[in-house]
Amino acid sequence: MNRSKAHGRWLFLGIAAAALATAGPAAADWALDFPASATELGNKVRGLHHLALIICVVMGIVVFGALGYSLVKFRKSQGAQAAKFSHSTKAEIIWTVIPVLILVGLAIPTARVLVEMEDTQAADLRVKVTGYQWKWRYEYLDHGISFFSNIDDASNAASIRGAGLELHEHYLRDVDKPMVVPVGKKVKLQLTSNDVIHAWWVPEFYVKRDAVPGTINETWFKAEETGTFRGQCAELCGRGHGFMPIVVEVVSQDEFDAWVAGLTAPAEPEAEAAAAASISRTSAAAASGAGAR
Amino acid sequence: MSDTTHEEHHDGPHASGIWRWLTTTNHKDIGTLYLVFSLIMFLVGGTMALIIRTELFQPGLQLVDPHFFNQMTTMHALVMIFGALMPAFVGLANWQIPLMVGAPDMALPRMNNWSFWILPPAFLLLLATLFMPGGAPAGGWTLYPPLILQTGDAFPFVVFSLHMLGASSILGAINIIVTITNMRAPGMGFMKMPLFVWTWLITAYLLIGAMPVLAGAITMLLTDRYFDTSFFLAAGGGDPVMFQHIFWFFGHPEVYILILPAFGIISQVIPTFSRKPLFGYVSMVIATSAIAFLSYVVWAHHMFTVGMPAAGMLFFMITTMFIAVPTGVKIFNWLATMWRGSISFETPMLFAIAFVILFTIGGFSGLMLALVPADIEYHDTYFVVAHFHYVLVPGAIFGVIAGVYYWLPKWTGHMYDETLGKWHFWLSTIFVNILFFPQHFLGLASMPRRIPDYSIQFTEFNMISTVGAFGFGLSQLLFVWMLVKCVKGGEKASTEVWDDPDGLEWTVPSPAPYHTFETAPKV
Repeated sequence: MNRSKAHGRWLFLGIAAAALATAGPAAADWALDFPASATELGNKVRGLHHLALIICVVMGIVVFGALGYSLVKFRKSQGAQAAKFSHSTKAEIIWTVIPVLILVGLAIPTARVLVEMEDTQAADLRVKVTGYQWKWRYEYLDHGISFFSNIDDASNAASIRGAGLELHEHYLRDVDKPMVVPVGKKVKLQLTSNDVIHAWWVPEFYVKRDAVPGTINETWFKAEETGTFRGQCAELCGRGHGFMPIVVEVVSQDEFDAWVAGLTAPAEPEAEAAAAASISRTSAAAASGAGAR
Repeated sequence: MSDTTHEEHHDGPHASGIWRWLTTTNHKDIGTLYLVFSLIMFLVGGTMALIIRTELFQPGLQLVDPHFFNQMTTMHALVMIFGALMPAFVGLANWQIPLMVGAPDMALPRMNNWSFWILPPAFLLLLATLFMPGGAPAGGWTLYPPLILQTGDAFPFVVFSLHMLGASSILGAINIIVTITNMRAPGMGFMKMPLFVWTWLITAYLLIGAMPVLAGAITMLLTDRYFDTSFFLAAGGGDPVMFQHIFWFFGHPEVYILILPAFGIISQVIPTFSRKPLFGYVSMVIATSAIAFLSYVVWAHHMFTVGMPAAGMLFFMITTMFIAVPTGVKIFNWLATMWRGSISFETPMLFAIAFVILFTIGGFSGLMLALVPADIEYHDTYFVVAHFHYVLVPGAIFGVIAGVYYWLPKWTGHMYDETLGKWHFWLSTIFVNILFFPQHFLGLASMPRRIPDYSIQFTEFNMISTVGAFGFGLSQLLFVWMLVKCVKGGEKASTEVWDDPDGLEWTVPSPAPYHTFETAPKV
């Protein structure tokens, strides 16, 4: 029994190794850390994460070092004789006070970032984001623009159980219509939901906030660079929870104005198409050749 | 087990066969029932985990439908928390607390019988929801409305089953409190109680405080769905976020209900195998009480993305960070117990040492999660999944396993197979890390939890994690084999079992007779 179990384990490891090898460079992404931030605030959050991680690693070295030393040095098999002591007020005060000081030192910078994070005033642009089972709706309150954003057709087709289709580079993280915002502008999001609770999350912006029915939640981000940023719903919202991507195109102010003009101009099909084309979107639906529509 | 004692009839079970187990009021019988039930639920919940991990082995949906996947994540949590861990601790309490305080039995034996026998029908009902129209609950074990209200026909059965589990826990907790406060042997003052008894006393108070809150929350869910109330429905003027506050007011103490008894077990095991008294007994008791108190004022740290005033978030961040202080005290005390000891590495000690290391890793990620701005990025990702599984698997479950190996010779009268125990330990420890450590990276790389399918950049670490899951799951079969072997026979265990261990349980013969301490011992 033991033998066959060990055999099964090796078989499994073998399968995993083979699968890893065949997964190929396209999928290979051994990220060990938070993603690079596209916002200034995100950099601060990332810095806090690193600070906390370093503190934990140092404390880990101390604690596990002392443990390892004990396990080697005070073994019965090496003839260690047990001491009799069972308390030391001095030691206990030291290891109560030092952690308190470390925690205070950690809490102060954290509180600063938190206060900055919660300041939604003086926004350049307001967008109302509404969660639906299972899509997002974006309403540009200052521009009178409103549209739904659904998962892209290629991901949708490939995500059917047993579909066996090839998964494209942005599988489950691509949409038909992305949210578009200008670079370097403070964008205030007003989040709510039409049905159950969702959460709007773009990791590279370091913004995540619940969309709760009956409530308007506010948060903000200010993207410092242009590009395409991808995220997805972060609060379990039913069977389609894993299939509710978010794509934000950060573009120059001019491109943004053109995009707005294209959507607000009296229904002029060519203008809309031109505006849409002006947004350089690496549409995986097109790239993968699914040619859904 | 006790049938081997050739004593008068009234010293053994009063009935035989199934009737004995149904009607027993003996704390050892009931302890055994709890532990066996818990082991079965551990295997059921583990199977669900393997279904989850198999689906997540690679991107794309291969095995299950997303709705069924969500049922699995929900049921896995409910089964493991309410079916595996809590009954395991109550089982250990039933066996050990009377033996450790020198009492002849639990204070309320008939209630004890009832609190166990509520469990099997409750779980039968809960597991039966898998076969009902609309399936089992799929909104996560946190039962957040409005999503949970979309559950199919199973909904009232889930609520009823949770009510029964809560009733069982409260009855068990009352019994434990009454036993500890009233039935200690003469001379055993509160500050002479073994740490396992102390941590259970505090846990029992947490249970009495927390479980009725859950009962209230789920009752409001029930009336929202069937009786036109709108506690949590925005359309009727209610607030879905209020549910989360109520739920986590139960849920965070619940987290400590799942770990404090494990702290107690580790505090028994480490001194025995270090051949040195527990370091800082008084500070251990104070630290445990402090953790229990703080557990009631940190609940909203589960909800930092829900939209709270900054001042509220700061409050919950600071209280949460402060839990690290008493927890740190406990870890340092265990280290100081081992320091200048005479350490040997029997299986219970191995699990206890792994507990100290791996629980500490879970504590570190817990500290990181307390920091609001960072938590907003970690929240609902695999980083959180890694964190609480580190605390609950190589934390709470290793604690239970350490306790089982430690006391098993006392229960069965046989030594367990040490080689098998060591294999079980090493395989479990290696695979549990292969299983959960990569999930930290998945979370940092922004993989949300509770998704049945993922985009391709998460593939590698998911594969490794799944391999670890199967390794860990299969290793537990060694545990079952070891248990069966030890119950059936093996080297005869002495009264003391270990090398001069401390505690009243080591003064009664092995196996412990059906009735012990009919005359109170002197401490």
